Amino acid sequence: MSHGVLPQLGFYGLVILTFSGAMIAVFPRNILYNVLGLALALSGVAGLYVYLGSLFIGLMQLLIYVGAICIAIVFAIMLSRPPHIAKPKRKTSKLVGGIGASVLILCVNLGIIYKTAWKPAAERHLDWSVKTIGDFLLTKYVLVFEVISLVLLVAMLGAIIISRYSGRVS
Amino acid sequence: MNSLTFYLVIAAILFSFGLFGVLTRRSLIAVLISIELMLNSASLNFMAFNKFVAPDTAIGQIYTLFIMGIAAAEAAIALSIFLALFRQLRSINIERARELRG
Repeated sequence: MSHGVLPQLGFYGLVILTFSGAMIAVFPRNILYNVLGLALALSGVAGLYVYLGSLFIGLMQLLIYVGAICIAIVFAIMLSRPPHIAKPKRKTSKLVGGIGASVLILCVNLGIIYKTAWKPAAERHLDWSVKTIGDFLLTKYVLVFEVISLVLLVAMLGAIIISRYSGRVS
Repeated sequence: MNSLTFYLVIAAILFSFGLFGVLTRRSLIAVLISIELMLNSASLNFMAFNKFVAPDTAIGQIYTLFIMGIAAAEAAIALSIFLALFRQLRSINIERARELRG
């Protein structure tokens, strides 16, 4: 996956796709563009997962994030401000503060990444198959697996209750 | 291209985009979108460490799956909270949701 010109070009294409998607997801004021940019960025990250050697996780990313979460967010767009109403201007101070804070965090992160000497573990099990993931999920991580399913159930019930009865409780 | 630091830098830049969105956007949906970006950079980190450093290479993938599950639950809850908030305020602007402010 790492040799040859074509995979390399594909890799940089994916990186550009991810970053442009992230920019579209954050900068424009129209919320529909934001959601579509998020879908673009998430698809790029799914491609990066494939380059990291895990087709399964890449497909799960496409299925869950792009297919489910983005569509769920699209449903909420009807709550946002209609585009024909005039938008209030962005405050410059807030913009500068946001850019400053995120650039600061980025610099700290880059410093940590480049200062640390990342050494691979002495003994590595290079087993990437889906079968191994399934084995781990049902043996060593079975408790977390079950708790995740419980969390999803509770989240579903909570979402139904909050959106159904919120007007009456208050 | 194929090194650990490259993937970590990509994840750090994604995280910064998400942080910028959380700090500056006023629509709650946009904040949720930015949080999804930050979660994605975390799982990209997990996958990169998994490929290059970790002793057991299935574990990072399992954690990424768990992050996806948590993100799905979080998105469902957040969207229903937006719906409830919209009923109260007729808007999902953050700066109007100040009823609990001391």
